[in-house]
Amino acid sequence: MNRLDYNLVVIGGGPAGLAAAYEAKEEGVEDILIIERDFELGGILQQCIHNGFGLHEFKEELTGPEYADRFIKMVVEKKIDVKLNTMVLEVTDDKRVYAVNKDDGMLEIQAQAVILAMGCRERTREAINIPGTRPAGVMTAGTAQRYVNMEGYLPGKEVVILGSGDIGLIMARRMHLEGAEVEAVLELLPYSGGLPRNIVQCLDDFEIPLKLSHTVVEIHGKERLEGITVAQVDDNLKPIKETEEYIKCDTLLLSVGLIPENELSEEAGVKLDNKTGGPLVNENRETNIPGIFACGNVLHVHDLVDYVTQESRIAGKSAAKYIIGNVDRRKEEINLTAGENVSYIVPQKLEIKDNERKRVDLYMRGSKPMEQVKVVISAGGEEIMSLKERHVEPAEMLVKPLPQNFIKDLADGSEVRVDIVREGEDDE
Amino acid sequence: MQETDILIIGGGVTGTAIARELSRYDVDVILVEKEADVASETSKANSGIIHAGYNADPEKLKGRLNVRGNELFDQVAKELNVPFKRIGSLVVAEKKEEIKILKELKKKGEENGLSNLEIVQGERLDELEPNINQDIIAALYAPTAGIICPYELTIAQAENAAKNGVEVLLETEVLDIKVKTDYKLVKTNQGKIKTGYVINAAGVYADKIAQMVGIDEFEITPRRGEYYLFDKEKGSEVNHVIFQVPTKVSKGILVTPTVDGNLLIGPNAEVIDKKDDVATTSNGLNEVINGAQKTLSDLSLRGVITEFAGLRAAEVESGDFIIEASKQVEDFINVAGIQSPGLSCAPAIGEFVVGLLEKEGLELKDKKYFDPYRQEPIRFRELTHQERAELIAEDDRYGQVICRCETVTEGEIVDAIHRPITAKTLGAIKRRTRAGMGRCQGGFCSPRVAEIISRELEIPMTEITKEGSGFEILCEPAKQSLQAEVVDYE
Repeated sequence: MNRLDYNLVVIGGGPAGLAAAYEAKEEGVEDILIIERDFELGGILQQCIHNGFGLHEFKEELTGPEYADRFIKMVVEKKIDVKLNTMVLEVTDDKRVYAVNKDDGMLEIQAQAVILAMGCRERTREAINIPGTRPAGVMTAGTAQRYVNMEGYLPGKEVVILGSGDIGLIMARRMHLEGAEVEAVLELLPYSGGLPRNIVQCLDDFEIPLKLSHTVVEIHGKERLEGITVAQVDDNLKPIKETEEYIKCDTLLLSVGLIPENELSEEAGVKLDNKTGGPLVNENRETNIPGIFACGNVLHVHDLVDYVTQESRIAGKSAAKYIIGNVDRRKEEINLTAGENVSYIVPQKLEIKDNERKRVDLYMRGSKPMEQVKVVISAGGEEIMSLKERHVEPAEMLVKPLPQNFIKDLADGSEVRVDIVREGEDDE
Repeated sequence: MQETDILIIGGGVTGTAIARELSRYDVDVILVEKEADVASETSKANSGIIHAGYNADPEKLKGRLNVRGNELFDQVAKELNVPFKRIGSLVVAEKKEEIKILKELKKKGEENGLSNLEIVQGERLDELEPNINQDIIAALYAPTAGIICPYELTIAQAENAAKNGVEVLLETEVLDIKVKTDYKLVKTNQGKIKTGYVINAAGVYADKIAQMVGIDEFEITPRRGEYYLFDKEKGSEVNHVIFQVPTKVSKGILVTPTVDGNLLIGPNAEVIDKKDDVATTSNGLNEVINGAQKTLSDLSLRGVITEFAGLRAAEVESGDFIIEASKQVEDFINVAGIQSPGLSCAPAIGEFVVGLLEKEGLELKDKKYFDPYRQEPIRFRELTHQERAELIAEDDRYGQVICRCETVTEGEIVDAIHRPITAKTLGAIKRRTRAGMGRCQGGFCSPRVAEIISRELEIPMTEITKEGSGFEILCEPAKQSLQAEVVDYE
């Protein structure tokens, strides 16, 4: 077994891992290793050949590979060590990382700090339990994206997409451009799970119908998919028998949710948030195990890679401070509670004393689409901030700053709560 | 035209058990299977239970073979290197009157020759199964019941038979059988085979095969059962195979850990018309989860990684196995109606059929070089870090992990492809290595596994299938310009 020592090991070389590693290096960490399981850096961005990445970060529209490339170049310039085609098998709570590849064989790497940046996986047909046969031609949208964009093969010609998450929308357009007939995009909920701009640019522009409140109730075809039965759903999301219709198709792509990939984290003893599926972290993106950090889609599923980058810089910078030994903690952490109409907030707690920072950004998701609302932040039952928002929906991340002025006065062990309320509602 | 002494029709657990048993002797054996892999139908979709033997009536063949089969499993599993765990089973009772049924089952088991059955209650039951519902008051405990992976057993039997000289022909479907004076001419989609004996182990199709030679004494009625399989994180909810007391309306839903460490619940039972209808249904799956909640009330669908259905090859009239040399057609042996406990009986059925052949006049001479052992496949996930390091030093393909959920390496996949029964589909690789069997269900690894199959067997990507011809995953290369774009970027 090969034994190595690093100040910082970053697990995952996608946008999160790249930004975190770069930032840590900038902050003075000497020995950094990025471990990537694929044959190149960049993560899933490499198969996202469409544009629309980087509007916040670079003020321009880049493709996925271009966005990744900027960070790859930065990492290479900084001479950060990278191991490709390398799978991490185990992370221990004392920050030993076991990994494997062809060249080194088994690696045992002792790190001072670890950043988890493993990303997420797609929910499957099996996990959402669609009855019927089990033919070829049913796959997740991301797998199809890999086949088309990376391997150069078309998985089918008559396509239905279940789920209007961003990957589903992007793949609707992609399959259409490849010459496939995209019959419909179905969405179980009464609203889309994808970004509004993707609905316009991927569906509307190509006249691909989006059927809201619809789902697949049966899959047909013994060998290759032959068709699906779809139905409208009622308010409880139960299919309505009378609305069933048959759609002939040879391919069903699923874009029905992403799940942060935290098997390694859990084995290390990292505690997860039921709501996000990712680790519970403080504002440094540090998990319950000091020195183990998390960022990107392994922490919570993001809508924009730009936010992944911002978050990963925080994790990288914080890991650097941890390694250098420059972290001052509160005696008791402050809990951030997702209140009314808020499905989650990251970070989940505030723990670090840092008077140099100006603010802590709270990343959150609304639990339903709403118009003309206020995001109300309160502490100890008292409102400390109220920010107007014209429109919120679950597909779009909300980012709200919590100024250090407020944070420094908060008592140890207190609670900060965020609610989204319709304007006027809380005045009564 | 191929010639053989014995032709076995069907590559399920029964056909391959017979093939392996026959491979001990100096006879030519061909096994034909219409699908692209052995264990493609009933043998890949069942509960994976090796029953103790208290269920079947002692006067039935089932009852006799079950106890014998169960006894044989320690040796069979060891020789074939198939994981097998004797975890024991419990039949659980909620009501006082159900205890009577437990006692009847116990008595039946004792008549079948089981001596260690025990009715457990109170603390003892709590100790055995702390998580089951509190209203369960008693259980019949059978310590010799076990769990095995049914397709792994079938594959192992086929590999071992092949190693000992049996020729296994996949994607070979029997279309017709002509009975000649001293041989049979079997027409398949791949050509004709001339054989002395025919062993009909065609599962749900056994009646169709029998009809080809004019035997229409029995009919196989497929009875479908649906299942939910849960993530390994749920695998330790129960410690034993847990059956419910059978009632007039239902046989109950079983809850069991699998030998791979998942949790399995099912099956319901539904008579269906089509012999290939393994579709799951929302009604059936509801029945399964609701039924399982009678044993584990907190169980929800959270943690489900897949659902599937399998068919029982039931002969309704006798309700028993039909294993006999046909009285109508000489040298034609039916092995039909092998429903539960068929898996438990498989090795015993192998012995039994060899006995029948001997009675029919087949001369059996021991083969000189029979090797009962199947080389154990490497299971990277089960090795220690040190063992892994040593393995990779020998062969670096074990250093490339392909399936992240189940930690399966390229070395294991290449080995599976080139073992005695060629694995050329994603399904065949999955059943041999578990690549694609985990929580992401192949989302990550299937493109990579497809590439390895394509490379190793030199077949184009567009011909890689899920389960054989017709199950192609990709339809054609994407537009050329776009391929070029990807290459340019690199």
